[in-house]
Amino acid sequence: MIEAHGLTKSFGPARALAGLDLAVPAGTTMCLLGPNGAGKTTAVRVLTTLLRPDAGWARVAGYDVATDGADVRRRIGMSGQYASLDECLTGRANLVMIARLSRIAKRKARCRAAALLAALDLEQAADRPVRTYSGGMRRRLDLAASLLGQPSVLFLDEPTTGLDPRSRLTLWGIIGDLVAMGTTLLLTTQYLDEADRLADRICVINGGRVTAQGSPAELKARAGTSLLRLTVSATVSLARAAEEISEYAAGPVRRLAGQHGLEIPVVQRPGLVTEIVRLLDAAGIDVDDIAVRPPSLDDVFASLTGPVAA
Amino acid sequence: MRAVVWSLPDLDGPGIEEPSLAGPAQDAAGTGWLDGLRWALSDVRVLAWRTLARIATTPEQLLNVTLLPLVFVLLFSYVFNGAIVFPGHGSYRDYLIAGIFAVNMGGTAQGAAIGMAVDLSTGLIDRFRSLPMSRAAVIVGRTVADLLTTLLGAAVTVLAGLAVGWRVHASPASLLLALVFALMFGYSAAWAGACVGILARGPESAQAVGLTVIVPLSLTSNAFISTASLPSALQLVANWNPVSVLAAACRRLLGNPDPAAAIHAWPMQHPELASALWSLALLAVMAPLTVRLYIHRTGR
Repeated sequence: MIEAHGLTKSFGPARALAGLDLAVPAGTTMCLLGPNGAGKTTAVRVLTTLLRPDAGWARVAGYDVATDGADVRRRIGMSGQYASLDECLTGRANLVMIARLSRIAKRKARCRAAALLAALDLEQAADRPVRTYSGGMRRRLDLAASLLGQPSVLFLDEPTTGLDPRSRLTLWGIIGDLVAMGTTLLLTTQYLDEADRLADRICVINGGRVTAQGSPAELKARAGTSLLRLTVSATVSLARAAEEISEYAAGPVRRLAGQHGLEIPVVQRPGLVTEIVRLLDAAGIDVDDIAVRPPSLDDVFASLTGPVAA
Repeated sequence: MRAVVWSLPDLDGPGIEEPSLAGPAQDAAGTGWLDGLRWALSDVRVLAWRTLARIATTPEQLLNVTLLPLVFVLLFSYVFNGAIVFPGHGSYRDYLIAGIFAVNMGGTAQGAAIGMAVDLSTGLIDRFRSLPMSRAAVIVGRTVADLLTTLLGAAVTVLAGLAVGWRVHASPASLLLALVFALMFGYSAAWAGACVGILARGPESAQAVGLTVIVPLSLTSNAFISTASLPSALQLVANWNPVSVLAAACRRLLGNPDPAAAIHAWPMQHPELASALWSLALLAVMAPLTVRLYIHRTGR
């Protein structure tokens, strides 16, 4: 549904996109994950026809963004990093205006505005000017605006940046509903938990190109090792416990702070924990607790968005 | 945490046929130029409505078109009345009102300049650009709305003028013609203002540039004074000034004192034609230029 190949875009000497490739199949959610200045917003602006790429091509909903801009615009919805609404109009008036400009007939426009205001829990504020809205309400209204045209492809550029935790959860719920309805979604974020929660696939981008991609689970696996946390009975020497399981350690073993236990990097596989428990049991070591934690996306992010290799 | 509380077909409520889910959900079925024009006009209507609807939530926006003309009429007819030497027959007040009316019309540029700059300083233009709408409609809608706002101000001028003793001695046809010339000038001035708004770095600079052009233009015209007392170089400016030309045309059409008729300069001898030509020329230059600048500024 979204396909991009070799997109480049420079602003003067600054290279925002340096050969970006993307493929988002219909009905899936792709998350562009990267730090500030990675090129996420530029990528979205190229894909939504707001910017013309210097090189490369992209197709959205079957249309070329460079040559068939109007066809693309008819099929997409976009909600930007900065809410793009008329501050002096009411929420309802904003939606009706945007629906009418999306070439939706008047009666239908009013109907859709009302339905979206209700769905996004903005009914109470519908007839107040947008300048009185909170940050979360603006984002929801902006999202509503991007849904008026019933887009088959939706672009959300950092939809929850700057929101309080409750508003984030609300927006996540709404976005989850949209995905469940089969909308193809391209989402950008700097938050790993957001990517982990919403995306089918994640593209980690840095310096204007994709540095890693895969499902959240694949990316975590790519970070390699999991962490085994083991706490043992206070009567057991930690050195002995470490000695016993040294053959499983895939890296340096650390003591757990504040607990009588160890943290051991391991290569996770089925049956690993059982094996270790049996081994320690045979060695007469009482295990209080044992758990394997997969690497977090934070670990992945840190390992993938280091300085771009020249 | 949330059930799916809404679904696509529900958006349109009962009684409206569901759009085909295979195609785009919009109603722009046809692609012919006539359909294109129909939608472009609809965009203009929506955007003009938007500009006017903003006033409902921020009515103070109207102060400059409602209070200011009133202040002008009172200021000139009571404060400056005695200080301004008015040659020939007729009263200064009879002379003044058409001048203020012409200045009102030129002031449309100021509203358009600031409005355009404000729009460009927000994310709203990005939203517009991601929609399948006409881009020129953004400026056409703004200029139409600003012209309507100016008309409100002009109405205040007329009513205040009538209150201070200004009278019209003209046929309905002449009145209508004066209104047409005024609208033409107001509309082309709005495009010039929109152009300034697009070139300006922000609303403040748009306002500064607008005032810097409009105040001298209004004061070097025959709007408030008779130009006979001006130095000859300034007289030349005043005689060709579009504000003078419109004021002279209105005075002639409304049967008000028109000392400019004695000036042997082509625009003062043919103010109606000169005013129409001024407006058409301004619009012919500004409309394509402004649309191009807009597309370039918001460009890809």
